[in-house]
Amino acid sequence: MKIWRRVACAVLLLVLGVSLCAELVAPAGYARQYRETADAPPSRQHWLGTDDIGRDRFARVLYGTRLSLLLAPAAALLSTLMAAVIGGLAGYLGGMFERVAKTVTDLFLSLPWLFLLITVRALLPLNASPLVSVLATFLILGMLGWTSASRVLCASAASLRDSDFLRQARASGIPAVRLFWIHVLPNLKPVLVAQFWISIPVFILSEANLGILGLGVAEPMPSWGSLLKELEGLVSIGEEPWKFVPLILLVAVVTSFQLIFAKQEEFAI
Amino acid sequence: MLGRKIARHSVAILVTALLGGLLSATMVRLAPGFDTDEEQIDSHLNSESLRALHRARSQQRNILVFYLQSLKRASQGDLGSSLTFHQPVNKLLRERLPLTLRLIGVALLVSWAAAMTLALSAAALRLNSYDGLATVMTGILLCLPAAVLGLLSVLWNTPAALAVAAIVFPRDFRYARNLLGRAYSLPHITAARAKGLHELRILFWHVIPVAGPQLLALAGVSVSLAIGAAIPIEALCGLPGVGQLAWQAALARDLPLLVNITVLVTLVTLLANTAADLIGSMGRSEPA
Repeated sequence: MKIWRRVACAVLLLVLGVSLCAELVAPAGYARQYRETADAPPSRQHWLGTDDIGRDRFARVLYGTRLSLLLAPAAALLSTLMAAVIGGLAGYLGGMFERVAKTVTDLFLSLPWLFLLITVRALLPLNASPLVSVLATFLILGMLGWTSASRVLCASAASLRDSDFLRQARASGIPAVRLFWIHVLPNLKPVLVAQFWISIPVFILSEANLGILGLGVAEPMPSWGSLLKELEGLVSIGEEPWKFVPLILLVAVVTSFQLIFAKQEEFAI
Repeated sequence: MLGRKIARHSVAILVTALLGGLLSATMVRLAPGFDTDEEQIDSHLNSESLRALHRARSQQRNILVFYLQSLKRASQGDLGSSLTFHQPVNKLLRERLPLTLRLIGVALLVSWAAAMTLALSAAALRLNSYDGLATVMTGILLCLPAAVLGLLSVLWNTPAALAVAAIVFPRDFRYARNLLGRAYSLPHITAARAKGLHELRILFWHVIPVAGPQLLALAGVSVSLAIGAAIPIEALCGLPGVGQLAWQAALARDLPLLVNITVLVTLVTLLANTAADLIGSMGRSEPA
């Protein structure tokens, strides 16, 4: 298992490293159109061929990978912070606040994740600029993904509420805000870290789902979702196998995340 | 005792489903472009028709009033009319629900049969290679987005239910394998094996009663997973079910349709979870 984890780490670092150097590896960029070689198979000039309007697929894969690998952790950070504030505070304060937070959490959890995600994204403008669409997609992921983590954090914080060290700190006159920030949150750190790492592959897959349905990042900016949308027109797998490269890369990255952070699941849901 | 529990759960389900409807209504109301539709730029409509359209839309502007009126109508069996399909929501749901229920039902049957067969054999055989192979297989399925499975289903011309099953199966398998593995490692199972009890007797008399309640809880979660998966699969495979309807309603900001679908989805999910929970607690309360 240790060896597999190292291999996964290497794969992840390699993919991240190459995607960060996209400008050097594919200097033409993701939007340049080679109109004379549209829908071309792989060649020395275009390693993964070109799409139907002549854009270099290799460059698009690199830029799309970079987008997902940088923004999925950002969304995971947002959702973990929201879970920490809402769940942690609800568990720590208890009473009415805890009941309201639990009701809201239960309400969100009673809706299937994909249903909620697709509905909310579809309600936002789809003809927005690429940058706005990127922000909207990943903000939605971050703002809707906090619920299950919040439940775990609420339970963890509630178990701390009546602990001896917190009673003593309260008796010493430490203000509630400082108590939460200095004494409660550090004790929730293992759960928070686990939730953060577990959320990343979930958000990568969710973005891919949205992209395939045409609800993700707007053109011409590439993302794994929009690259996978190309599979829609395929008649057989053997026809244009290079179109499967984004899928293989996605599976490799998500598998790597799962292998590396398999142990974190013990702390999470 | 059980009656009180059922009553408490029923109230909780109803309140959550109604809140779900209100949440979805609020989201649609706040969505940009809620007040506009294609009909407003139709040159065939005169000013009077446009005013009538505007009046109809303005009734939905106060979301609380709209929602309370919808609830009142729903209590009389009228779920309103779809703005996109120009048909009663009742009719649309009645037409499309059987297909989605069949899709989810078949998918759950297939995924559970495969997951339990694999999990039971993995837990009973305790072979590292077998367990490793099953883990790799389910791991790959877990790394595939639901929509990709939908596309592959179209590409290979396989039933859409198989795509939904492929989404539910790996999660079911991993959880069931862990539960059964834990149950099989209990001391009384080792003692039963040492006494030479038949494997089937060990399974039905000693393993299932221990893991049963949690497996039932997993069944409840599976329903929610299958409903979620049905949306992209139906949308991509062109299946006219409730999943596709939800997708179209969200894209068209069809308030009456989306609110009703949200309430329906919330109700089904909560009912499945509660039923699993209640059956599991009944099993636990039975004397050993």
